[in-house]
Amino acid sequence: MSPESPSSGGAITRDEVAHLARLARLAVTDDELGVFAGQLDVILGAVARVGEVAADDIPPTSHSVPLENVFRPDELRPSLTQEQALSGAPAAEDGRFRVPQILGEEQ
Amino acid sequence: MTAPTLVDFDDVVDRYDPVLGLEVHVELSTNTKMFCGCPTAFGAEPNTQVCPTCLGLPGALPVVNRTAVESAIRIGLALNCDIAPWGRFARKNYFYPDMPKNFQTSQYDEPIAVNGHLDVTLEDGTVVRVEIERAHMEEDTGKSLHVGGATGRIHGAEYSLLDYNRAGVPLIEIVTKMIPDTGGRAPEVARAYVTALRDLIRSLGVSDVRMDQGSMRCDVNLSLSPKGSGILGTRSETKNVNSLRSVERAVRYEMSRHAGVLDAGEKVVQETRHFQEDTATTRSGRIKETSEDYRYFPEPDLVPIAPSAEWVEELRGTLPELPWERRARIQQEWNLSDAELRDLVNADALDLVAATVDAGAPSGDARSWWVSYLSQQANTRGVTLDALPITPAQLARVIELVTTGELNNKLARQVVDGVLEGEGEPDEVVAKRGLAVVSDDGALIAAVDEALAAQPDVAEKIRGGKVAAAGAIVGAVMKATKGQADAKRVRELIIERCGA
Amino acid sequence: MSDDLTRLSAAELAGKIHSREVSAVEAAQAHLDRITAVDGDVHAFLHVGTEAALASATLVDESLDAGTAPASALAGVPLALKDVLTTTDMPTTVGSRILEGWRPPYDATVTSKLRAAGITILGKTNMDEFAMGSSTEYSAYGPTRNPWDLGRIPGGSGGGSAAALAAFEAPLAIGTDTGGSIRQPAAMTGTVGVKPTYGGVSRYGLVACASSLDQAGPCARTVLDAALLHEVIGGHDPMDSTSIDAPVPAVVEAARLGAKGDLSGVRVGVVRELTGEGYQAGVGENFDAALRELEKLGAEVVEVSAPHFQYGLAAYYLILPSEVSSNLARFDAMRYGLRIDKGASAEEVMAATREAGFGPEVKRRIILGTYALSSGYYDAYYGQAQKVRTLISRDFAAAFEQADVLVSPTAPTTAFPIGDKVDDPLAMYLNDLATIPTNLAGTAAMSVPSGVAAEDGLPTGLQIMAPALGEAVMYRVGAAYEAARDAADGSPFAARTPEVKA
Repeated sequence: MSPESPSSGGAITRDEVAHLARLARLAVTDDELGVFAGQLDVILGAVARVGEVAADDIPPTSHSVPLENVFRPDELRPSLTQEQALSGAPAAEDGRFRVPQILGEEQ
Repeated sequence: MTAPTLVDFDDVVDRYDPVLGLEVHVELSTNTKMFCGCPTAFGAEPNTQVCPTCLGLPGALPVVNRTAVESAIRIGLALNCDIAPWGRFARKNYFYPDMPKNFQTSQYDEPIAVNGHLDVTLEDGTVVRVEIERAHMEEDTGKSLHVGGATGRIHGAEYSLLDYNRAGVPLIEIVTKMIPDTGGRAPEVARAYVTALRDLIRSLGVSDVRMDQGSMRCDVNLSLSPKGSGILGTRSETKNVNSLRSVERAVRYEMSRHAGVLDAGEKVVQETRHFQEDTATTRSGRIKETSEDYRYFPEPDLVPIAPSAEWVEELRGTLPELPWERRARIQQEWNLSDAELRDLVNADALDLVAATVDAGAPSGDARSWWVSYLSQQANTRGVTLDALPITPAQLARVIELVTTGELNNKLARQVVDGVLEGEGEPDEVVAKRGLAVVSDDGALIAAVDEALAAQPDVAEKIRGGKVAAAGAIVGAVMKATKGQADAKRVRELIIERCGA
Repeated sequence: MSDDLTRLSAAELAGKIHSREVSAVEAAQAHLDRITAVDGDVHAFLHVGTEAALASATLVDESLDAGTAPASALAGVPLALKDVLTTTDMPTTVGSRILEGWRPPYDATVTSKLRAAGITILGKTNMDEFAMGSSTEYSAYGPTRNPWDLGRIPGGSGGGSAAALAAFEAPLAIGTDTGGSIRQPAAMTGTVGVKPTYGGVSRYGLVACASSLDQAGPCARTVLDAALLHEVIGGHDPMDSTSIDAPVPAVVEAARLGAKGDLSGVRVGVVRELTGEGYQAGVGENFDAALRELEKLGAEVVEVSAPHFQYGLAAYYLILPSEVSSNLARFDAMRYGLRIDKGASAEEVMAATREAGFGPEVKRRIILGTYALSSGYYDAYYGQAQKVRTLISRDFAAAFEQADVLVSPTAPTTAFPIGDKVDDPLAMYLNDLATIPTNLAGTAAMSVPSGVAAEDGLPTGLQIMAPALGEAVMYRVGAAYEAARDAADGSPFAARTPEVKA
């Protein structure tokens, strides 16, 4: 195992799962926390195998298709109608999507 | 929360060195959005400029707007940046309702332009070089309307309404390196930089750069270090700084506030603050306890951008005359002194004067109108000069009417007032208000004769060769014609009638 | 009569429709009747679009009756569409509660191409939620059952599409393959499934699982039918930045050539790392028999090594969850889909909705991906996985120096009983061991039935892998093998499918 690879097994705690679930906006239940922590531990133990490969000088592959510079011309395409845009909305008002109050700050 | 202790600005400067950093977002004025073919126009009905891609519908995919990339490269070149030969978009992951995909497609560690600079001229002519760290492409968010609560702000709102017309509009974010050693001129440097950047981008024709409409937005980063210590302070990031004046005021306020915190022996909190236009203060936003984990990774739905050297050079060839080059040319062409040029620049009138000259007016007249009368009008109305509802072409027409004698200066101002009031084109205002100079000699002769008859002693003096006495008669005639007579012609007629 | 039409291959049915021996409406109705008869047991479909299907078939008939040439070689032939591709006239749920009843306002490019080709879309097929799974048990709408044995899974995630073919509910289907979701169900149901080169078929309108791995492809009961469908859905799409701007490989021609039964000059590489231990006995036996068949057809069989394939599964289960965690962030109850009004704020409603709307496997992978992309772990997990991906691509490149196609068993076992692995994620993941490397490298592969396992009588699959855009040789080999196998069996493989019994 190369030095930078994470230790496998016993690595992920309930607290960590809870933190990750918050980041991912998942209101997981207490029961799920326990189940997921156990399962993720097993899975992480298995996937940590990638660390066994000596790959320091290997470039990463983010795209499996060797394309570059794919552009579109700056030309208008038809937009949806407002009705289409809102067709799936759980709630709408005055042509806008209606959502519960936002607690965070303006970005 | 208690009001912060503010330290007197001069006192701050005596004891602390400010370190500035500016992040400016510019909305490109492309026809279509960054990653889809929806229009970018401002002010449309909500959610009518959206498609599956910019609405983040399941299955929709982005495709990069070529013109947006070219605009980014041109901005980079104009800022003397290196253009990256290869780079990818990344996803910046965080949840926010105005962001349809709950990630922003942005360039992260592979920006398209890096390591540039912009030379900024201060009011007294001092030139400060601002180093540019990077310019990168990203997409704008939608807009939320907060309903309920007193202020229409986010706090206290009962619910929010979302419009995604702006979502996906191309943005270029231009980030400076830390700007040190500006001392008490930090507020002015910040303003001058944003002004210079705005002029530069406007000259490229890639954005409206209207701070009042949000097509140019500025975040001000500021920290203080005890004078001469070289110890970097904790910075605050002030958002919502939406005018040139606010840029200056935000820096000034934050300097005073930071000093107050430091003087009290406390630590400046690393946080996002929001500038309040009405009070020229900043208020605390979200506290960054830890640097947020945006879980950046290369955007798999977009392929890398690799501008060839040929493409970059081709784009360099399309750069127009840049503001500093133009200023030098104009100074020579209009025969301006350094001070006159600076006045013009400081009044933010250069472009407007140039456009008025392009529309046919002499530069002297155009300058005088914009720098004096129209600047006063803008001031009175509390708007920027370019937001006045009169176009250079309209002003050029007014000037033309004066030159041909159809208006005098006093009437011309009334015509301009009419245009500003929305009464139409200058010629329409002239017609509607009946402002044409009375140049019908018949009518004028009658008025002259009447005035001469009313003041026989003055008439006698003129007949006797005291031509200077004609002024009194001119005044009477002007009064009788309600100022619509051409004073020069009146004087000629008086002398003619008196046979002097 | 009805039954006869459902037993035909797509090519045969198209021939009858284009010669006006049967109408497109009759063909559609026969399959709709078949669905009514068996889908209560099989549950291949989440939605059957009877009206839309008959309306589409009617248009084809009108056009053909007017003497117009068929819009494509498959005009009038019915098809089952995986519920991961958007359709304006049918719901698109991706097998998830979070999109229950969602009517997209736009068609996927694949959907548009099917419509333009005059293909009759019968309905939308069941799948593991968001295409995450290998058994279709993770569908929020209940599992699909394998027509060979209703107590067993049909594979996944595209179990609905594969089962629809095996149950004769449709002669054609569309699947999507992120780590084997077309090929593994094909193997489990005794059908043909093709994962095209990444970028060969547009992803526009394909609800993303993992963007850099997903690829839609054709499913059918014969290699030629798959080829015909491949040419309909393939090709460049300006709406997909990762779409390859090159002609679709001539796969129909290749399939016809292969069916003539001569593979002389073709080098077939056996991937050492994808054979041997870990395979069910019958799977191994059928694979060996297939190799002998290929040799008889004149192919030269060579052994090749792909040393990094053993890390494929680990790399895949880092890359996929990472992309998933980001792709699925948009399901937040604000603009479409489910909203659980629990809590006073948008933040709480988002979290409550995502908790209620996603199933356990989806949540597991979102959490795993969130972890793998976190700043402290990125380099060790996601970054390292992307390097392994490079090494796997290099292994493929080296292997394709020695062989024109590579072969392996498609899946390590035959279809397993429903419920067997549902609570053991890792055991479930091992199903995709042999199919995953192709997705990581962006190359092409297909699964062709290779008989039934002696021990359980269930179908097995032969995986044939080809370089990027090298589909022609893959189809040639697949068609040659299929023809030889059918000749040996004395009937097409599909004829061996047992009648659906509850």
